[in-house]
Amino acid sequence: MREITVREALRESLRYNLAHNDKVFLAGEDVSVVGGGMGVSKGLIDEFGEKRIVDTPISENAIVGLGIGAALTGLRPVVEIMYIDFVTCCADMILNQMAKIHFIFGGQVKVPMVLKTVSGTSGGNAAQHSNNFYPMFLNTPGLVVMAPSTPYDSKGMFNMAIEDDNPVIFIEHKRIYNIKGHVPEDHYTVPIGVADVKKEGQDITIVATQALVYDALSVAEDMEEEGISIEVIDPRTLNPLDKATIFESVKKTGRLIIADESCLNCGFASEVASSVAEEMFDYLDAPVVRIGSPDTSAPYSHPLELEYIPGKEEIREAIKKVKKI
Amino acid sequence: MQISDKNNIELLRTMKRIRTFDETCQKLFVAGRIPGALHCYTGEEAIATGVCKVLEPSDYILSTHRGHGHLIAKGGEFKYMLAELFGKSTGYCKGMGGSMHLASVKHGILGANGIVGGGICIAAGVGFSIKYQGTDQVVVCFFGDGGISTGFFHEGLNLASIHNAPVVFVCENNLYSISMTSKRATGLDKLSTRAVSYNMPGETVDGNDILAVYESAYNAIERARAGKGPTLLEYITYRWRGHHAGEAGDGLFYREKKELESWKTKDPIRRYQALLLKEGKITEEKIEKMEMDIQQEMDDAIEFANNSPYPKAESIIELSMLKKE
Repeated sequence: MREITVREALRESLRYNLAHNDKVFLAGEDVSVVGGGMGVSKGLIDEFGEKRIVDTPISENAIVGLGIGAALTGLRPVVEIMYIDFVTCCADMILNQMAKIHFIFGGQVKVPMVLKTVSGTSGGNAAQHSNNFYPMFLNTPGLVVMAPSTPYDSKGMFNMAIEDDNPVIFIEHKRIYNIKGHVPEDHYTVPIGVADVKKEGQDITIVATQALVYDALSVAEDMEEEGISIEVIDPRTLNPLDKATIFESVKKTGRLIIADESCLNCGFASEVASSVAEEMFDYLDAPVVRIGSPDTSAPYSHPLELEYIPGKEEIREAIKKVKKI
Repeated sequence: MQISDKNNIELLRTMKRIRTFDETCQKLFVAGRIPGALHCYTGEEAIATGVCKVLEPSDYILSTHRGHGHLIAKGGEFKYMLAELFGKSTGYCKGMGGSMHLASVKHGILGANGIVGGGICIAAGVGFSIKYQGTDQVVVCFFGDGGISTGFFHEGLNLASIHNAPVVFVCENNLYSISMTSKRATGLDKLSTRAVSYNMPGETVDGNDILAVYESAYNAIERARAGKGPTLLEYITYRWRGHHAGEAGDGLFYREKKELESWKTKDPIRRYQALLLKEGKITEEKIEKMEMDIQQEMDDAIEFANNSPYPKAESIIELSMLKKE
């Protein structure tokens, strides 16, 4: 079985779509020779040229506007916002235009575009390059929000994002680009709004996203030795959310932990927790525990940053909490 | 510039249609028949009329919150526009958008926009898309003197310029962004001087002179169509009504009555009608017949909008995200 990294899986999807659909192009800051902020598109300029791999000025409004205008007139653009922190520079274009045009035009036109960007705290990037701003997209109807964790899902979901007629926000994660995993060479898609049970278990459900999927799986493996069976669910698409898979799991385990890197206050974990509290109250045997980034800005100093990033330690603490009862 | 007799009469008819539509809407708003915000175009009719007369049906426009005139001039029909303003399911946007989001994609009208300057970067994207697809279409982006101070303006004109995209940027300078004069807001006598920064031609034209509007628009649009890139046009005009239809006393608490009265003497419709009469291109009888026909069209639209049903509640869910087929 061929193993490639998340970064390579994303590049493979981009390459496939550029090669098979001349309506697809990529635009963003430094996407050509540099390969974009995280090197995902590196090398594609040599294969597809300047028409398809379009460097843009540092103009986030224009980058998203470029995508919207192209999508409205028959193309299938992929635009990159280098860091999710910079979506605030083009918040109107995303939240008021890209997300709403299909609705406010009464369905006259589709906006089939992908906005790819990267989230996550890492490498001392400090408070303006470490945000996990995606909950604002979950609070804006009209956007599909994808946040894959594995190389397999990254490729299949990116293919799906380009194929789908909705505007898609595709969230990559800084700490997982180099993780390797099995990725078929053939073209495939991962459906929107379908969670993946990354590990089956009986005692506790952990809903985890992106880098925290790996932390959850690692802790779950350790817990097997202690006789605790943990089910790890990766929602993959944050909106629309596959609540059914989460609810089924909670029905079985009665105990739920949600591990997601957005800040706790009104974060993704809060949304999952409140949905379960609302609809699955009778099945819960313990209070739901949320794991997320603390409600502060990300610190620069290395030891503090390590403390700040939620991970295995927080998951272990949460398991203790839900097991107590 | 020579304009055929038929087109001369069409220009007059379109201006009168816009005037009738918006003056009727102003009354309907005051009577409580139209909810939300309504921004009348009265006094500015020559701009939309002259610019859109140059366009082909396959060309695109992006409009503004004060956009009824643009829609009418680009082929929008009274009855579907008014039905939209009444919030009815037969409106262009099925009652989901209203005045500030009026769009008719089949006419190339890619939407009014409730955000000042919100269409500028999208227009740059449409221009990019036209060039990418190699058609000979053109996109015209309307915005006001308020829009010229947004970041969208800078980013959008810059992007259009570096791609030599077929975009004509039309700044309708009605001298006030709500209450602030364009002179106070920009420090400039001519807003078109900003074109220099984007390496494109800029021109300031009397926006109440339909022939001057037509000629300048013709030159800019044909230049864009010939692949010679974008232009910034500034048309000086004046809105007779308040910023919105509910504003007390036509905005006379921030502008002088004598200023308004002096601009009314420069009425673009009366001015052009007098010219056509003088040159013997139209008769009083024909004008009377034209006005009666337009009034009939308006009355029919009111009847159509009145008799149309409101949209069903489910439609907001149906439109909020495209379903996978």
